Amino acid sequence: MNFKKQFMEGLLTKNPVTVQLLGMCSTLAITTSLFNGLGMGLAVTIITICSNVLISALRKVIPNQIRIAAYITIIAGFVTIVDLCLQAFLPDLAASLGVFIPLIVVNCMVLGRAEGFASKNGVLASAVDGLCQGIGYTVALVITCIIRELLGSGTFGGGLLNNGEGIRIIPEGIPAMQMVMPVGGFLVLGCVIAGSQWLMKYLNNKKAKEGAK
Amino acid sequence: MAQQIIGILIAALLSQNFILVKFYGICPFMGVSKKIDTALGMGMAVTFVMALASFACYWVYQLLLLLELTYMQTVAFILVIASIVQVVEMFLKKMVPALYKALGVFLPLITTNCAVLGVVLVNVAEGYDVLISTVNGAAGGLGFTLAIVLFASVRERVDKAECPESFKGFPIALITAGLLALAFMGFSGLSIF
Repeated sequence: MNFKKQFMEGLLTKNPVTVQLLGMCSTLAITTSLFNGLGMGLAVTIITICSNVLISALRKVIPNQIRIAAYITIIAGFVTIVDLCLQAFLPDLAASLGVFIPLIVVNCMVLGRAEGFASKNGVLASAVDGLCQGIGYTVALVITCIIRELLGSGTFGGGLLNNGEGIRIIPEGIPAMQMVMPVGGFLVLGCVIAGSQWLMKYLNNKKAKEGAK
Repeated sequence: MAQQIIGILIAALLSQNFILVKFYGICPFMGVSKKIDTALGMGMAVTFVMALASFACYWVYQLLLLLELTYMQTVAFILVIASIVQVVEMFLKKMVPALYKALGVFLPLITTNCAVLGVVLVNVAEGYDVLISTVNGAAGGLGFTLAIVLFASVRERVDKAECPESFKGFPIALITAGLLALAFMGFSGLSIF
């Protein structure tokens, strides 16, 4: 088990959002304020860890033919738990994420990790994998949120800082509403993915140069 | 009644398009939109499953209401959808092999398409009756088909165009989808009734 390697994979080289392009629906739909992004990221991280652990523990019991159905049922169970907890303890977040919390069930990232990692590896490694992938997902979400919120409503930390109004950086009237609307989601995420592709290439080139020396 | 149905059709196709406005089903939208033929096949399969799932899940929800188990709705719906997809796959394989061949690979993928679970959850949240739910499912599927076919036809050209190296592949496709969404924003105020 190699924690550092798993962490780098989750964060950059195999980031679920920017490289594997999993879980795009929630990424695009809810990244309008920092509060939403963090909340969604944490919810998905918790669900991925829990489902990875349980699926990994049951990997020798679940028959191969019906594994996908079994995985989805396990994931749906955890999603229901998180959904009910959010509604009870963080009703504001539950209201602003709306239908996208139950939709975590079909978030390909959770199922992807179950099929791609937890079904082949031990319990501890699967838990670490869930955590690392979840962090990578959260980071990608938060970056997208910060850019969209800044350009779209001119604030930082909406729903979280300054009594939920966020700290105003760009005066009212200037920000383009379109950036918090669907259009902005596609444009900003496109640019974020392009940025991460550039960063990976830059790091690879640097490594190659150092190797040459 | 007729007014409501037409209103739902227009909303699902244009002003509240499932992909470009509500962000349901982005994964297949990005994944299988490289060619118009496959995009159309996927759209048809999704439309069929969405209408069927909306109809079936209405009754499942009534049963859950009766048993006072509504908090289990997500688990129940996803199982219903997964089994519908399985049944549709087996049915098509036996009865309409030509269509099964055309849709083949896309059918199992539909289970994890959030448009299907999304429309079912919306139907329940809005309290639609069985007819309106089914119409909403079918209309949502048609909206999905419209968006994915339009996107595929743009993307066939974009893939041949030159663009900065970092933007190659998915980033430029996302930007293209953004411009498509901008066009659909023009419909946003549209409501006849």
